[in-house]
Amino acid sequence: MKIKLTTMALTALMAAGPAMADLVFPSLSYRTGPFAAGGIPFADGYADYFTLLNERDGGIGGVPAKLIECETAYNTEKGVECYESTKDEGALIYQPLSTGITYQLIPKATADGIPIHSMGYGRTSAKNGKVFSHVFNYPVNYWDGASVGINHFKKQAGGSLEGKKITLLHFNGAYGKEPIPTLEALSAQEGFSLNTIAIDYPGQEQKSQWLQIRRERPDYVLFWGWGVMNQVAVQEASNIRFPMENFMGIWWSGAELDVLPAGDGANGYKALQFHNVGSDFPIFDDIKQYVTDAGKAAGAGDQIGTVLYNRGVYAAFLAAEAAKAAQAANGTKEITAAMMRDSMEALTIDEAKMAAAGLPGFGPEFQVSCENHGGGGMAAVAQWDATAKTWSLISDFEASDSGIIEPLIMADSKAFADENGIAERCN
Amino acid sequence: MFYREAGDFKTSYTDDNQTFPIKFDRYRYYVVLTVAFGIIPFLINDYWANAFLLPFLIYSIAAIGLNILTGYCGQVSLGTGGFMAVGAYACYKLMTAFPDVNIFFHVIAAGGITAIVCTAFGLPSLRIKGFYLAVATLAAQFFLVWLFNKVSWFYNYSASGQINAPERTVFGVPVTGANTEAWATYLFCLVFLAISAIIARNLTRGMQGRKWMAIRDMDIAAEIIGVNPLRAKLSAFAVSGFFIGISGALFFAVYLGAAEAGDSFGIQKSFLVLFMIIIGGLGSIFGSFAGAAFLVLLPVALKLVGVDFLGWPTDIVAHIQLIIVGALIIIFLIAEPHGIAQLWRVAKEKLRLWPFPH
Repeated sequence: MKIKLTTMALTALMAAGPAMADLVFPSLSYRTGPFAAGGIPFADGYADYFTLLNERDGGIGGVPAKLIECETAYNTEKGVECYESTKDEGALIYQPLSTGITYQLIPKATADGIPIHSMGYGRTSAKNGKVFSHVFNYPVNYWDGASVGINHFKKQAGGSLEGKKITLLHFNGAYGKEPIPTLEALSAQEGFSLNTIAIDYPGQEQKSQWLQIRRERPDYVLFWGWGVMNQVAVQEASNIRFPMENFMGIWWSGAELDVLPAGDGANGYKALQFHNVGSDFPIFDDIKQYVTDAGKAAGAGDQIGTVLYNRGVYAAFLAAEAAKAAQAANGTKEITAAMMRDSMEALTIDEAKMAAAGLPGFGPEFQVSCENHGGGGMAAVAQWDATAKTWSLISDFEASDSGIIEPLIMADSKAFADENGIAERCN
Repeated sequence: MFYREAGDFKTSYTDDNQTFPIKFDRYRYYVVLTVAFGIIPFLINDYWANAFLLPFLIYSIAAIGLNILTGYCGQVSLGTGGFMAVGAYACYKLMTAFPDVNIFFHVIAAGGITAIVCTAFGLPSLRIKGFYLAVATLAAQFFLVWLFNKVSWFYNYSASGQINAPERTVFGVPVTGANTEAWATYLFCLVFLAISAIIARNLTRGMQGRKWMAIRDMDIAAEIIGVNPLRAKLSAFAVSGFFIGISGALFFAVYLGAAEAGDSFGIQKSFLVLFMIIIGGLGSIFGSFAGAAFLVLLPVALKLVGVDFLGWPTDIVAHIQLIIVGALIIIFLIAEPHGIAQLWRVAKEKLRLWPFPH
């Protein structure tokens, strides 16, 4: 027993010792709790992409990537604990997959000099790099999502939303409340009436919300949900026979497991996406060869090719590209979080890079700059086919209406800068 | 040998009335204070502060608050999360409205505001008792969280409904916001905990505490011997609310830095603090500390052993943790219904008799 303990202590020491030489990517995942349904595939995809890089290319630029997984259960206190326990291991970037945890980490990580990439979630006004030096939310944010969704409904309605009724059904938290200012501005501009209905955590019970929708008969429903509330909402919509093509979720409400429980009733349900869906990309052959068949897949290995798995892969791809660019720009393989941040601020993702990584046409092309940490704000609409059980994109990646969003971002980030006494950068 | 009165002569009433009349106990108390104020600040780092010490200190204040109401006065409350939210939002509004006033006074004022709110929600306790009162305070929990989500004035009309603590300093050292040092936040919370514990200890062993305990043990008898139930119950709600408000303010401003009513101050927070005082010991200030330490340290310790030492997958460890914490709560309730404080009392009795137990 004593020997065993000593060996274990030694192994732990050895595991901790050379860690500084690796490129450390903490993964604040949640495989438990009411949002685990969404957290598991994302965490699997994120882990598998780095395993693939290590197995196939020997890491990034020859340096192995080290993933430190820490369970947050979508709980902000555990998220803080995870952040503190991993930041001293040489963490290069944090992607917490939770708007609440992102809000906690924005001041902490900025003070510690570690970049945060909240891809399609988090604080929307972090797009303004002049105020938020260490926070990035490329390629897209919630307000882009709201705008692209409304544009889609406008097209569907024949070019005008005048006099239409649109309901926003949202999670009653930071994440769900984010789109409201944009939708209010859009409602004034497009002439539709907006109604918001909140769903409290965790959202397993939505009878009253859908009763209200049934009574008010909105023309379109936008949905900001996550985890178990997605499945319930799609099921309830199908129960009241709401026309599914008029019901659209944000990208966090558009995975296979959100629509499968409702069966045929979910046919035609739409969701926004900022990356492509399906497993028809060369990278999945490599993942099969180097990761799955080698028995190195994260989790149960049954999520490969699902929407949220792809998003995990995309998040890891963007982080790896930034790390690669940082290595090239600094002429060193051992990059630091500061180099990573500079490289993220100068990141360009084009078709050539996506194709080289085995992800041709996977997402929109975009550029990050000092002023703009949010990329191009391009999103596409996907639709669910219940018979084939597949999502497919029914539109191109379209840009949001920046005329509406820019002033809102400036106002919100200015309020944050004033409250915290932050001077503008990039001048 | 240890912990006994023999040879410890009291020559005045003040000596006889002190909090720790036994010399060994008194020295232990001084040692704990010295370590907490004089040694830990020099050894602390960010991880220890944010993973163990800050949550322990802040939850201890909340547990002391709830223990006064539930443990001493016998009024069951499930509204702790909501009252902590009152403290947090009061602190936020004060911090942003009066940026020049020292954060120390904001935290105390937040406690005062919570005391008023808590007293208002304590009014039903004059008519209803036990489970029915628990349901009434449960209503307070849901109402308060709903209120802070619904009325955007409370979060200064920010887009997401989150509140963020701006940087505030004490003697030029930042204690809230991004650029805080671990020792500064630790000491700031420790000062509040030490003062709260001393106030609570002296309140509960004085006349006020006796009134509360009389109400707890039998309210009709208490009324007959001259305790005014209205004043006793409402003062318990007010004092309890004051401490819970301070803990909510510290929880938001110093520990989290950003918060949201439903996420940070939900019903699970009420249950967590209630479990703390049940496991720690109802009607004991030491029990509040012990319960908070137990429920803060155990999950982190299990995680360290499971993930970092044994290298198990994070989700398995998270599930095992739920099982172990749940099982321990049940075992505690069966084996020692009076909590860790009772174990401590028994240990002290044993020490007094050792080495000649009879």
